[in-house]
Amino acid sequence: MGNVPTTVKHCLSYEQLIQDYPWLKRWLLEEKEIVPTGVKIQLIDMLSGTGLPVIEATSFVSSKWVPQMADHTDVLRGIQREPHVRYPVLTPNMQGFQDAVAAGATEVAVFGSASETFSKKNINCSIDESMLRFEEVIKAAKERQIPVRGYVSCALGCPLEGHIEPSKVSQVAKRLYEMGCYEISLGDTIGVGTPGSMFKMLQSVMNEVPTNALAVHCHDTYGQALPNILTALQMGVCVVDSAVAGLGGCPYAQGSSGNVSTEDVLYMLHGMGIETGVNLTKVIEAGDFICNALRRDTNSRVARARTL
Amino acid sequence: KAAGVDSTLPEKVKIVEVGPRDGLQNEKTIVPTETKIHLIDMLSASGLSVIEATSFVSPKWVPQMADQVEVMKGIGRKPGVSYPVLTPNLKGFQAAVKAGASEVAIFGAASELFSKKNINCSVEESLQRFDEVMRTAKEAGVPVRGYVSCVLGCPYEGKVAPEKVAHVAKRLYSMGCYEISLGDTIGVGTPGSMSKMLEVVSREVPVNALAVHCHDTYGQALANILVALQMGISVVDSSVAGLGGCPYAHGASGNVATEDVVYMLHGLGIQTGVDLPKLMDAGAFICRTLNRKSNSKVAQATCKL
Repeated sequence: MGNVPTTVKHCLSYEQLIQDYPWLKRWLLEEKEIVPTGVKIQLIDMLSGTGLPVIEATSFVSSKWVPQMADHTDVLRGIQREPHVRYPVLTPNMQGFQDAVAAGATEVAVFGSASETFSKKNINCSIDESMLRFEEVIKAAKERQIPVRGYVSCALGCPLEGHIEPSKVSQVAKRLYEMGCYEISLGDTIGVGTPGSMFKMLQSVMNEVPTNALAVHCHDTYGQALPNILTALQMGVCVVDSAVAGLGGCPYAQGSSGNVSTEDVLYMLHGMGIETGVNLTKVIEAGDFICNALRRDTNSRVARARTL
Repeated sequence: KAAGVDSTLPEKVKIVEVGPRDGLQNEKTIVPTETKIHLIDMLSASGLSVIEATSFVSPKWVPQMADQVEVMKGIGRKPGVSYPVLTPNLKGFQAAVKAGASEVAIFGAASELFSKKNINCSVEESLQRFDEVMRTAKEAGVPVRGYVSCVLGCPYEGKVAPEKVAHVAKRLYSMGCYEISLGDTIGVGTPGSMSKMLEVVSREVPVNALAVHCHDTYGQALANILVALQMGISVVDSSVAGLGGCPYAHGASGNVATEDVVYMLHGLGIQTGVDLPKLMDAGAFICRTLNRKSNSKVAQATCKL
């Protein structure tokens, strides 16, 4: 949320990133402000009124690494929890998990990578080592009957390794699922995927994880998100991640878009006669609100077209 | 042919590049003749096989295309590449042929209100006007492409019946158009409405004579194009850098960007003959000249860390 690129939210090696990419430090520290807690709470409350069933509220990553999420406890405590809406939070490790539970979290998420290099660069450990960390979290979550969602990043390509074998994605997805994640969100982290690679990757993952436990998290960096989501739907996937107003740029391509806009996804789904339970107009309003607060334009084409 | 992930996709897709005409016509800035010529030459070098070069509409109505003759005469005509031009009537057709055009295009609408508002006559009347052009073109051996606008929605009428689209497409095809480009003029279509419309139209016009011209105003263009491919369509119109805004929603995007279409097609293993880096060079050139950002996400993404 806010102006922090999605991958920085997921990535623990913030120091490493800003060391390697000086423009990122300038961008984050000099050009962008941290979004006030009140604004975050209002955004989430507005989204709660749209019919969205799941709203990822915040991240219990150390505020040393991701200052934008330092108010995680205040946010979780400040939001009006709508019944029938779930508010998962990211928890990279036991510390984060414990803080999340103390703050009232009722669902958490862990995130692995399909790319060894990306894993090492971002969270300073191999995929296997990260799985051991998550195992702890999942075990503790199970004891408290807290559902855990698993993310797999770089599912269609890695900024460092390039091509990612579908079998690697299915291995990681399978591990997370067998460890106890109820759902696995497959992320095209740098948006390079196309319906071709999406099809091949899903075919492979569906051999290991039931389709109804899969979700897709497409980035729109190359404009491919909607056709990729369409392909996933045609293959039976029925959970889609998206961000209101397309918030969250791609840190690997300065100025590029990142997350696909919830508004544009809804427009497509409704146009296909697929029910989502979500009121598009209210989502556009929430998008308007956050874009005004951030003093930036929306990334959603639907929002832009509707407000003209 | 039903649309689904099991559908056999075409091995090859022909891209009809409409940037120099549809794109530039709808840009706020009027572009100098030299720039248009250079753009078309760069596009010719990128491997595109069809590039809509200009429009022989009266400059009184479309000042951006006033240099139609100089453009036609100034471009380097690459062998194997076609440079169709718009011809709204017989006078335009004659001027086009005189300027060296060897392929032309005519326009119909699937919406009565749109037709009346835009060209001051009913759809049927507009098709009768084209009769003359068709006859003359046939005699001259000049192929004619037909466009149908508002196929997935109209800014005035709202919903447009697929049967109406099929009716107009069939008329244009029977009149002699070798190909019918179905245009989602205001970009409101989704894979749902696209597949319904194509199902109906393909009963009246062979699918290999159909093309889709999707606008990205609501971000649906690539998804709509994918569904069209799944239903057997193998001709796609697009505009380099996504030139050409939507005239009905000021500031909204219009034409889908050729770079983004090519990226998707190549990712699907479909041949287009297009060299994407060279295409992106053409896009970068025209955006620099127009002093605007590209509408192509692929172009925007190329600044890598």
